[in-house]
Amino acid sequence: MLSYFGKRLLLGLVTIWFIASATFFGMHAVPGDPLAGDKAMTPQIRANLEAKYGLDQPLGTQYLIYLGNIARGDFGISYTQENRRVNDIIREHFPISATLGILAIVFAGLGGVLWGALTALYRNRWPDVVIMLAVILGISVPSFVVAAISQWSLVGLNLAAGTTILPIGGWGSVWHMLVPALVLGLSTMAYLTRLMRSSMLEVVGTDYIRTAKAKGLPPTQIFSRHQLRNAILPVITVLGPAIAGITTGGFVVEIVFAIPGLGRYFVQAIQQLDYTVIMGTTVFYGAFLVFMVILVDLFYGLIDPRVRVDQ
Amino acid sequence: MSSAKLSPADFQPLVSNGIVQQISRPSLSYWADAWLRLRKNPRAMASLGLIAFLLAFVSLGPALWRIDPSAQDLDQIGIAPGADRTVTLAAPFEPWNPQQQPATLSDNSLGFTLALPASTQAVRLAWAATGATRHRLYRNVFDPETTGSLGLPLVERDQPWFEDRLDLQSGTYYYTLVPLTADGVETSGAVTLAVDVIRVISIAQARERGLITADENVQLGQRLKLAWHPLGTDYLGRDMLARLMYGGQVSLFIGIFAPLAFVLLGVIYGSVSGFLGGAADQAMMRFADFVVALPFLLFMILFKVIFGIGPGESGIWPMLVAMIILLWPAPARLVRGQILQIREEGYVSASRLLGGTTAYVVGRHMLPNTMGVILVTITFQVPSAIFTEAFLSFIGMGVAPPTPSWGAMCNEGIKSMLTRPHELMFPALLISITVLAFNLLGDGLRDALDARMRGVE
Repeated sequence: MLSYFGKRLLLGLVTIWFIASATFFGMHAVPGDPLAGDKAMTPQIRANLEAKYGLDQPLGTQYLIYLGNIARGDFGISYTQENRRVNDIIREHFPISATLGILAIVFAGLGGVLWGALTALYRNRWPDVVIMLAVILGISVPSFVVAAISQWSLVGLNLAAGTTILPIGGWGSVWHMLVPALVLGLSTMAYLTRLMRSSMLEVVGTDYIRTAKAKGLPPTQIFSRHQLRNAILPVITVLGPAIAGITTGGFVVEIVFAIPGLGRYFVQAIQQLDYTVIMGTTVFYGAFLVFMVILVDLFYGLIDPRVRVDQ
Repeated sequence: MSSAKLSPADFQPLVSNGIVQQISRPSLSYWADAWLRLRKNPRAMASLGLIAFLLAFVSLGPALWRIDPSAQDLDQIGIAPGADRTVTLAAPFEPWNPQQQPATLSDNSLGFTLALPASTQAVRLAWAATGATRHRLYRNVFDPETTGSLGLPLVERDQPWFEDRLDLQSGTYYYTLVPLTADGVETSGAVTLAVDVIRVISIAQARERGLITADENVQLGQRLKLAWHPLGTDYLGRDMLARLMYGGQVSLFIGIFAPLAFVLLGVIYGSVSGFLGGAADQAMMRFADFVVALPFLLFMILFKVIFGIGPGESGIWPMLVAMIILLWPAPARLVRGQILQIREEGYVSASRLLGGTTAYVVGRHMLPNTMGVILVTITFQVPSAIFTEAFLSFIGMGVAPPTPSWGAMCNEGIKSMLTRPHELMFPALLISITVLAFNLLGDGLRDALDARMRGVE
């Protein structure tokens, strides 16, 4: 078990190294020059700036400096906002994205388990049909459309009420988080609902449920102790990839709801070709995702001792 | 020990009577059987119909609706479907410069009134010169009574009249006049005026746009019909229907060809890996694990930045290549697992025993048996490829303007969602329908093709 996770961690580190290298060489292959701006500069100024950012070094040296800096957790200074370090940008904006993401995962997980259990309980009756219809919609409608429509309905709601019941954008209080987190978690919720439903229906047919029924346990206890707990396991395995989906889905939600998270910053940096910010946030996000997946696998091994992950 | 009584007649060869095997029903191949099962699934058949319709919409549509998707109709910018498309001939625009108090003022507290009939050329407003010396004028497309917002501040003026020519479209505008104090602070007593603006065009412009022929005899005030846009136009006056058709070509091309390409690559990689086995298999699969661990969307964005989009390029190919590079491992793993399983099956051993070469066994027995799984995978990858294209175009990393795609159209539409919802709704609806259809078809195919993958229904 431990050696398995040692291997996973090693593979994770190699992945991060690869992400960092690909980002570095990729960004250097981009046509254009970070110093080529609107401002006219004399060769002297240019040489000074290149020396300041280390751009006068050979590419190999630059790469080694870059890797060394990343190993020390230093992502450099933003090109477009010269008074800000990339580390500060991440420190300032990532907690917002993370809060939103965690809330979305909580919504998606709770909602998925609840709706999935309901559909399995009321199989082929109207709650099942209605929820599965909503699930198909949730899977088929792109997240930016859901975000736009929900923001639109918020505008309508606030107009009808005459006051601001829920803010339509921005960040600050819990009220700002609710709708964006719900939108962000929606497609994951739909996916988890589907998974939970089939998992529940699979568990219903098992011997231990029949045994529990045979020894006369009350249905509520069978449902909560035996059926639900076993059916939840597959849902947890997909939470790792779901975190990845929610992080990138966050870009769209952050743009639509004007939330100052790291995702919005990343998209902005790409549009402005802010090299250091793109490289820093890519490596950061990449490392974050890689370790999240490993963490979820570890967690899965802990809650379900039957799983032998080292096979 | 008794001896059996045998006669030479017992050793005669049997004569076939021709009905050794009676086949009562026509034999069904795997695919014919799958097709029969698929046909019994109404949802799958409906989704097949939808997909056929969508393909016809984007491929045959442009042949029937011959409108250039990048041609601008400057008289009808951002109009909703079914909007009024009459235009009235008017005299060419003349600047308005009233020397004294124009027109008769209305009897509201500021005397705020429409001085001349409003048209898309200009809206001419006047108010009383008495009272406050300075006024601020706002314009809104929504009623300030219900929205609580005065809208766009147009001007601050000392003179008691104003000519508004800012991007006027036919429809109702709400102008609000607010008196200011000497320090420029708004005071109470604002008056709102609802103004109906009619669309006008001068005779010279009408000739230029081809609405009337050069020698046609027309009079001012005569009404003409502008070009018809069944689904309205976008914020640059481009025909939505034409853009949806051409945009669908891009979206469906990426949505269908990207999965085909990377699944094919995955199938080759996975079957080679699974067939070789041993150390080669291990090495190949570790590499696949590694590519899987790369964060997909981050790398898509990175690839797009690296490839760049030159002038005049649409940006479709970089997206396709990036998807192929990043997405092949999932089908490769799936096919490898299948191949490993099938390799041990009796019919494979039998085929080998009969002298089948490796290529024959793989091509004749192994791949056809994984075909069902592969087909289902492709179908389920189509929605995610369409989503990826839409997502990238939405954040401005997808196809380059003016190339339309459904995702890029959503990106443009979301900016004016509140005033012109149709620009967002139509492409969003088409994306949703396409994704829905492929999801349902995938479910149906999975049920029809592969009993092992069949979900609990």
